[in-house]
Amino acid sequence: MSTRRIFARPARYAAIAPYLWMALFFLVPFGLVLKISLSQTAIAQPPYTPVFDLSEGWQALKAAFEELSLDNFRLLLSDNLYILSYLRSLVVAATSTLILILIGYPIAYGMARLPQRWQGLAMTLVIVPFWTSFLIRVYAWINILQHDGLFNRILLALHLVSEPVTWLSTDTAMYIGIVYSYLPFMILPLYATLAKMDRALLEAAEDLGASPWKAFWLVTFPLSLPGVGAGVLLCFIPIVGEFVIPDLLAGSNSLMIGQTLWLEFFTNKDWPVASAVAIALLLLLVPPLVLYDRLQRRQVEGRH
Amino acid sequence: MAHTVNRLSRFNMTALALGLAFLYLPIVILVIYSFNASRLVNVWGGWSLRWYVEFFNDRAMLEAAWMSLRVAAVSATLATLLGTLAAIGLARGERFAGRALFSGMLYSPLVMPEVISGLSLLLLFVALNAERGFWTVTIAHTTLTMCFVTVVVQSRLTSLDRSLEEAAMDLGCNPVKAFLMVTLPLIIPAIVAGWMLAFTLSLDDVVIASFTTGPGSATLPIRIYSEVRLGVKPEINAISTLVIALIAVLIVAASFASKLSSSQGESAVPL
Repeated sequence: MSTRRIFARPARYAAIAPYLWMALFFLVPFGLVLKISLSQTAIAQPPYTPVFDLSEGWQALKAAFEELSLDNFRLLLSDNLYILSYLRSLVVAATSTLILILIGYPIAYGMARLPQRWQGLAMTLVIVPFWTSFLIRVYAWINILQHDGLFNRILLALHLVSEPVTWLSTDTAMYIGIVYSYLPFMILPLYATLAKMDRALLEAAEDLGASPWKAFWLVTFPLSLPGVGAGVLLCFIPIVGEFVIPDLLAGSNSLMIGQTLWLEFFTNKDWPVASAVAIALLLLLVPPLVLYDRLQRRQVEGRH
Repeated sequence: MAHTVNRLSRFNMTALALGLAFLYLPIVILVIYSFNASRLVNVWGGWSLRWYVEFFNDRAMLEAAWMSLRVAAVSATLATLLGTLAAIGLARGERFAGRALFSGMLYSPLVMPEVISGLSLLLLFVALNAERGFWTVTIAHTTLTMCFVTVVVQSRLTSLDRSLEEAAMDLGCNPVKAFLMVTLPLIIPAIVAGWMLAFTLSLDDVVIASFTTGPGSATLPIRIYSEVRLGVKPEINAISTLVIALIAVLIVAASFASKLSSSQGESAVPL
């Protein structure tokens, strides 16, 4: 349509500023991470060599290029520490995502079944904790799970345990923290697909003699799979790189990859190895990221 | 015929009630204990405001809070401006060179692990020899949060009826005028929501701020974080309660503002 085409040109001009911003503050930094991951650690400021210095001319730049090597990546592969922490991240993310589906699905399902006038309220109630600070929500759990905390006192009062259980600095505490923090990310996409679903399909299944249980597995669940997919990706990807929750709630004997990166950077001051860890983490996340990108584009742009 | 599928079963209700309790109880407990008079965090010593007084006498904490508020306000404003422009480009720009790269750059930070975003931005600031502090954190937060603004505003733009813009242009408006007169008033609720989201995300961030800030300019979350690592402290409960109250006030204000500006009664809370 011609009016649309007239509109498109100024709209493209509008994109110039954010385009340049993202190129400078998103793309270029990635180039730097890649470059430094191929550099050597040095006791200097900045703590790596070679440093590209354009003022020294082309020859120096070429020499600097030749100094780049894959040594840091060889280190990642040869040292168990790194492989184990990648594996731990994947296991923690997969386990948490599974728990999130198990908890999130019934909640989203209940929301979708509410009378229409209550659904908006229920959705707001799920979103509001998402607005309150993430750090504060994790801290709230430290309050509850500490040695003389509320959780232990309830367990003691109910005579479920005879003495206080250590919850903090355990994987259980970490899983509670992760599930708590990411629950809205799982519920919302699930609810979005479940609420859109045509109830006549379920009525038809029932009329045809399916029990509610059977109708759920044959009709509802398959139709909700796009929502499950979106929820899984929305939780899995950021959990793999999670730092704050495992650092505050889990023990320190096995680290997730985000913690390893943090340690290399802040404690060991080894910028090249930290960069290599980041690049490897990114490679790990490329398949789910591509999938997420497709889903997201289909959802946002498919509504024309 | 009465269909059982249309009834809200007891199981549904229980799941919903337990789910909401799980989401809210920890926060409620945190808020209640912020008014606890006892120094021991889990012994109730009666109602008191002593931890709030403690916070308002804690110079370092107050400075961090002030720094965070400034970073959040400036970065949210920049992010709203850039994010809205990006959303217009994506929603109305049709095809253009580098569009896939553009939307890729805008969508990936939404799920990118914060440690990577933080590290990469710090390396840039070091390479540019920029002095680290207020502006580096603000730029880092703008970069992250503008992507959220883009998503919120873009989804509003794509769901709008474009025949309104076209009618305005048929009536003689140029595209810019049509946008300002017709489209912009309709997307204001989404823009307000985007600003709010950017503000709260910035106020919340520990990881990216830790990478990109310099010595002597810690943000509130960085300070809270270092205190929390040492254990529970009643003062942190009080600060947390204040942050929650601030965000609650902002959300209520924003939803009022968007109700006033939009006849459709669009909520300020997106997603």
